[in-house]
Amino acid sequence: MRTTRITAPAALAAVLLVCTTACGGGSSTGGSAQGGPEELTYWASNQGSSLEADQQVLTPELKKFQQQTGIKVKLEVVPWSDLLNRILAAAASGQGPDVLNIGNTWSSSLQATGALRPFDAKAFEAIGGKDRFVASAIGATGAQGKDPAAVPLYSLAYGLYYNKKMFADAGIAEPPATWDELVADGKMLTKDGRYGLAVEGGNPSENVHHAFVLGKQHGADFFDAAGKPDFTTPGAVAAVKQYVDFMAADRIVAPGSAEYAANQAVTDFATGKAAMLLWQAAGSSLKSHGMKPGDYGVARVPMRTKDATGPTAVNSMVAGINLAVFNKTANADGALKFVKFMTGDDEQRILNAAYGSLPPTKAAQSDPAFATPDLKVLADALAHTAAPLPQVADESQFETAVGTAVKDLFADAAAGRPVTTDSVRTALQKAQQQMPAS
Amino acid sequence: MARPALPAQHGPTAPPLGAPRPPQKRAPGRSPLARILPPARLRRAWLPYALLLPALALELLVHLVPMLVGIAMSFRQLTQFFIGNWSAAPWAGLDNYRLVVDVHAPVGADLLASFAVTCRFTLLSVGLSWLLGTGAALLMQDAFRGRGLLRTVFLVPYALPVYAAVITWAFMFQRDTGMVNHLLHDQLHLTGERPFWLIGDNSFAALVTVSVWRQWPFAFLCLTAGLQNIPRELYEAAAMDGAGVLRQIRSITLPSLRPVNQVLVLVLFLWTFNDFNTPYVLFGRAAPRAADLVSVHIYQSSFVTWNFGSGSAMSVLLLLFLLVVTVLYLAVTSSRRKDA
Amino acid sequence: MPDARSPMAPPRSLVWTRRVVLGALTAFALAPVFVMAVSSLKPLQDVQGPFHWLPSHLTLRPYRDIWHTVPLAHYFLNSLIVAAGATVCSVTVAVFAAYAVSRHRFRGRRLFSLTILSTQMFPGILFLLPLFLILVNLGNATGIALYGSRGGLILTYLTFSLPFSVWMLVGYFDSIPRDLDEAALVDGCGPLGALLRVVVPAAVPGIVAVCVYAFMAAWGEVLFASVMTTTATRTLAVGLQGYATQSDVYWNQVMAASLVVSVPVVGGFLLLQRYLVAGLTAGAVK
Repeated sequence: MRTTRITAPAALAAVLLVCTTACGGGSSTGGSAQGGPEELTYWASNQGSSLEADQQVLTPELKKFQQQTGIKVKLEVVPWSDLLNRILAAAASGQGPDVLNIGNTWSSSLQATGALRPFDAKAFEAIGGKDRFVASAIGATGAQGKDPAAVPLYSLAYGLYYNKKMFADAGIAEPPATWDELVADGKMLTKDGRYGLAVEGGNPSENVHHAFVLGKQHGADFFDAAGKPDFTTPGAVAAVKQYVDFMAADRIVAPGSAEYAANQAVTDFATGKAAMLLWQAAGSSLKSHGMKPGDYGVARVPMRTKDATGPTAVNSMVAGINLAVFNKTANADGALKFVKFMTGDDEQRILNAAYGSLPPTKAAQSDPAFATPDLKVLADALAHTAAPLPQVADESQFETAVGTAVKDLFADAAAGRPVTTDSVRTALQKAQQQMPAS
Repeated sequence: MARPALPAQHGPTAPPLGAPRPPQKRAPGRSPLARILPPARLRRAWLPYALLLPALALELLVHLVPMLVGIAMSFRQLTQFFIGNWSAAPWAGLDNYRLVVDVHAPVGADLLASFAVTCRFTLLSVGLSWLLGTGAALLMQDAFRGRGLLRTVFLVPYALPVYAAVITWAFMFQRDTGMVNHLLHDQLHLTGERPFWLIGDNSFAALVTVSVWRQWPFAFLCLTAGLQNIPRELYEAAAMDGAGVLRQIRSITLPSLRPVNQVLVLVLFLWTFNDFNTPYVLFGRAAPRAADLVSVHIYQSSFVTWNFGSGSAMSVLLLLFLLVVTVLYLAVTSSRRKDA
Repeated sequence: MPDARSPMAPPRSLVWTRRVVLGALTAFALAPVFVMAVSSLKPLQDVQGPFHWLPSHLTLRPYRDIWHTVPLAHYFLNSLIVAAGATVCSVTVAVFAAYAVSRHRFRGRRLFSLTILSTQMFPGILFLLPLFLILVNLGNATGIALYGSRGGLILTYLTFSLPFSVWMLVGYFDSIPRDLDEAALVDGCGPLGALLRVVVPAAVPGIVAVCVYAFMAAWGEVLFASVMTTTATRTLAVGLQGYATQSDVYWNQVMAASLVVSVPVVGGFLLLQRYLVAGLTAGAVK
């Protein structure tokens, strides 16, 4: 009893001591949009293997910018789990960064909040012109007919990664070009606890990307011409069913991947548990898992037929990261200077090489450094067969609703419940009803 | 606990501000002025308010004003289009409420389903936590070797930070690489196939497990405390009358614990019903349907779909429900207590 | 402590029931701790593959790496500051309020008690957005940055720690005999003197219990922290998500970090558990 009698007041005293320091340091941070003209705050998304890695990539570049312009950039690398919430909070409060990264699929949704500064003709002039950018990347920067809400920074597209040794062992010479071939190959590759294809069934964004691309191939858009959600067209239902059927009917996907939501699909592919993977620029992740570049090949994502053309010849979404200027910035000129710097050809080469992505500017993309076989496949897709996700204000809700519906369907498939056209349509119907009425 | 009539006890150090000052030199109780305006009452009248002031101010700031703001938000059409300028959001009247209580439409139906899941979850979790807590407290009433150590061990789940504990559970519940399936499937061969715990219907069981794991030590702690307050003589008398262990538990222990239980169950109920941390860390933003608790559902409705108006309407309804339940609960248990 | 109740040994059946039940509960309570500890000593390949009870080989690398993958020390400091700040603020304020409610009769007392009781049932989600707006507007009006600051986070944590603290302390103060402070008043202490010199010292167990609760709740809070912090002020609850990166989830590091951030609270809690029992007996229970 004696000792505790002493510990308690001592603990209280310690706590008090800490508090006094706390109150001193309490309000040191906050809105940075009010920062002086010589300072910018930049929210970068997490592109590298860790937040720290991003700091290491970006810090020297920001130093360069400071040397050129005298503007100091305060960097904050925001994890993906936080980014959208943080942007919403910034939009609601008016306190935020000056320049920020956004997932390019959010462009229209965020555009609707009015939180991002539109890139009008003048702004584009300030950063060197709209023509510098690859057309498809510009297509994913906001709703049609409006000034873009952001400019492309890093571009990505989906490719089919395949394990060369597993293909050779199964006697498959060529990567599949159509989905039928993919399923056939997958069945040959699925044995001894290994599977043909790795998917990320518990991850709504991954799901919605594939549902969208397959939908395009089936001639379905998830929104009608007036921008209203239209999830239950036969094409959309067939697309979602086809994707879930890789697990439910074709059984070329491990049931366990129904709960994957943290890139375990990449791990499965890298460790030889699955022979194929549909992914965007997986190179650096695969390397960090110890898979050598010679061990895998990258091919175009399959289509329904070998010689598909026209509007259904889509095999990737336009993926990537955009750079936006926060509307309430006190330093719009500096922010535009920074955008110009980041999208400049030199920086584009350095940054995209570091992150394994493609530069969305024409000049940088033609650099031989990006002419590796894998990146060429992605660049080709981006140039010819990629479509941006619907550029509508409710895009963010669309991703959540449809992505979650597919996740639930995967859960059904994994639990051995049948996945039928009806059950898919019902799930999509529910998803559509969750969309805002407007 | 009626307030005893205190003698005129105010010290000379605390002359009341703003109150008529009795002449300093006279003894306060004797002054003619004091006979008209009893100074003790006067002087004490401002004191409780002064003591309460900081608490009141903070309550106003962190509870009452936000609540009013929340209620106001629930009457507005607050979507992403107005996020930068909230005051420009059009008034929606009762539209948000109509939307969320219409159980035939998807939004209302989902809310109702989520509400049902939450009720089932709360009942199970509170019941099991209470059962385990009571059982452990009773079994550890008698001294035995290692009792102190065991008590410490039992408190560990409650002491662990929520996210650290729940993230570990999420790791354990992974289908292919988790400890739970390793034990149940690989080693005990209890299941034909590896079950999923983080998606599908089993997610409910996973959620209850984690919740009970976190809460039962609190029940155990409270009940241990309550048991220590039961006078030993009661047991000795009962033992002399020849009452067995079970009889003693039924006729002495449980009735004596009733006041503890009344508060314990209420607190557990409120904590469990409102729990956000556990499902959020376990399942992420979008919980599986079987484990879609109301708090996460509202979070999802507001943040993921960016419809803050209907999210606020759901919050207000939830609040009303909790108010009703609590008032009913307190009324029922208190009157029973008086009868007993 | 000697047991006065059972001079004779308890029956065998009871002893066995006790062993089995308490053994099972111990396994249940400690399973996650075991997994945490073992996994934190495994190499990354081990935690990515099927679970095994023991590591293929022991490594301390996760404990080295956790400090670099995310700025853990920084988050740790933030959590400490915020949790301690919330604890001190709420308990200090609560002591005065509880004294008023416990020792005085005044108009509005019942209303105040009801408010305190009912605010405890409010789901945090209800306050998240309004508080966010209020902090922002207050910040804009006063020029003090509240949103995103540790001070602002401390303020939001009062939503749950303040009512609980008041409620517990009222119960505890009620259990302290009035004669004590009345004697002090007679001795010439003012009401404040009586509170600080007599009631508070007598209520130390209750106050410690309340402090521990408030600290733990703040230390583990996720919801407010995820919306109200920036990189500079991020707390552990949010920061730990940083181990799940674009390419990998470093489960061994997650487990190591979880263990490291748990040690101070669990240690403090277990050290003070005697007070918790005493504090709860008189506080929550009355």
